[in-house]
Amino acid sequence: MVETGMAGSNAVRGWDIGRILTWVLLIFLIIVTIFPLWVVLKTALTPTRELFSSPLSLFPENPTLFNFRRVLGLVSVEENVAAGGSGQSINFMRSVWNSVVFTTLVVVFQTFFSALAAYAFARLKFIGREIIFFLYLAALMLPGAVLFLPNFVLIKNLGWLNTYVGMIAPFALMSPFAVFFLRQFFLSIPKELEEAAKLDGTSPFGTFWRIILPTSMTPIATLVILTGIGAWNEFFWPYLVAGSSDTMRTLPVALQYFRTQTPQGSPDWTGLMAGTFLSIIPIFLLLIILGRKVINSLQFSGLK
Amino acid sequence: MSTQVYTPSRTKTVSPSLWQRLFNQEAITAYIFILPSLIGFLAFFAIPAVRAFQISFTEWNLLRAPKYIGLENYQELIGDPVFWNSLKVTLQYVVWNIPLQTVLALFMAVVMDRVTKSMAVRGILVMPYLMSNVIVALIWLWLLDPNLGFVNLLIQKLGLGKQPFFVSLEQAIPTIAGVNVWRHMGFNALLFYAGIQSIPKSFYEAATIDGAGEWAMFRRITLPLLRPVTVFVLVTSLVGSFQIFDTVAVTTQGGPVDASRVVVYYIVQNAFAFSKFGYATAMSVVLFFILVLVTLLQMRILRGNTSDLSS
Repeated sequence: MVETGMAGSNAVRGWDIGRILTWVLLIFLIIVTIFPLWVVLKTALTPTRELFSSPLSLFPENPTLFNFRRVLGLVSVEENVAAGGSGQSINFMRSVWNSVVFTTLVVVFQTFFSALAAYAFARLKFIGREIIFFLYLAALMLPGAVLFLPNFVLIKNLGWLNTYVGMIAPFALMSPFAVFFLRQFFLSIPKELEEAAKLDGTSPFGTFWRIILPTSMTPIATLVILTGIGAWNEFFWPYLVAGSSDTMRTLPVALQYFRTQTPQGSPDWTGLMAGTFLSIIPIFLLLIILGRKVINSLQFSGLK
Repeated sequence: MSTQVYTPSRTKTVSPSLWQRLFNQEAITAYIFILPSLIGFLAFFAIPAVRAFQISFTEWNLLRAPKYIGLENYQELIGDPVFWNSLKVTLQYVVWNIPLQTVLALFMAVVMDRVTKSMAVRGILVMPYLMSNVIVALIWLWLLDPNLGFVNLLIQKLGLGKQPFFVSLEQAIPTIAGVNVWRHMGFNALLFYAGIQSIPKSFYEAATIDGAGEWAMFRRITLPLLRPVTVFVLVTSLVGSFQIFDTVAVTTQGGPVDASRVVVYYIVQNAFAFSKFGYATAMSVVLFFILVLVTLLQMRILRGNTSDLSS
């Protein structure tokens, strides 16, 4: 294997000034990345009434879990207002559930249907194969800004506003990127594997399901991670299609809605930051459990 | 059973008719396999792209039937100062966002490459990208709050004046751009970092023997060989940058006045707040052509996807 990158060549030089300086820079970048999250947590742990008293301290003076409890709906409205909260509730658990449903449906359907199409493009002969594939690739270039209004009309006419179906529809049946990505991988699988299955009389779907998919778990995992992160963070479409429904908001939509409720002029910062911090926890977990895989997937998304 | 493939009768078929080619077993299977994706492609990509043009020639409030008005929306648009302003503001955002984000990401990647291959470090630096735009916007809305925001208080403690950030005509756009630089920097750095890893080390060794300095190596080796990654990063982030919406919706909602009323925000407003659906669509069509133009221009300037490594 050819050695790559610049790092190693400098390692031999040991700890010179340049290297120390580079470390200092890196640590600075890490602080810039992490510190805002610490302020979020600190604010979330601060009692609402004390928000003004020591805003520059690094630790909350009287840490409390009250903000988390009220965001999660574990506190009565009276208790909430008494503590200086806005009295506005955020249907947090409901929106977490909506986000889980939305993300799961998008990931499962998009991956499955895209893989099915990708297999046909990679392995099966049919009239129109090249032209259809080319059109899919062209769709990769279509910006969302020109598609969302007609798509909204379609969803509205179908009566799918404020439903999961309406929220997932534009994502569920395909993504040009997923088809392209999986086709490239399927092309690299040795044909002998399928020939053997064919001789055994396995149906095309059986070949796809029992041979192609299990051999492709690595790229599929990459795709699932990328699509999953995208869907979990998606704001625009669920906001348009289901933003007005109290019970259908996903997490980002609910947080935005919560922010716009400004009863006393200024947003309910302690509550907002508690909600924000709870929303970041899944990301911490993802990185802790699947860090290496996530980072490799993200790196891969740039190396087409 | 598809053993028939090996029977003599099949191999003797010289040129099967179109009918046979369309409806042999393999083709039928293929059509069934691509059917769901084809429905998705037609319903949510191809047809809407055409529909957008149609709708842009109508006056429509979504309640009554659309009324064909020819080019009136486009005429109105040319005379709409808020639309022109939205294009100007969007461009300002892009000009703040893209260079900062790309240069800082490149810098971050080089720094990472020089001192550590640690996955944990990369994981930390990419974290902001894994958060939703809404969360990132909320975090900075709080940190930059004029009265209680941590950053603002820190600035004052250092003896500098209080900064209005989001609530200022001049600072709103640079602030929003900065927030998104924070979110995307680590991710783009990851892409650059992966690119740097694919550059053969022998290049640097040879340059070191020739007495090349750090900066010379970066300019003569790293930067040219990273061109495909740079093109990818720039093309995707530029097209995304022109369509900024989420951060504006959470932080400034277009304000103060029209200072951050970016084009997608104005489109959404026209479509859903003012019930001018046809007009909004006409604007999205204009944006589409701007994006096509930008992409083509950029491809030209950056000389496409070729790396100097392959030439």
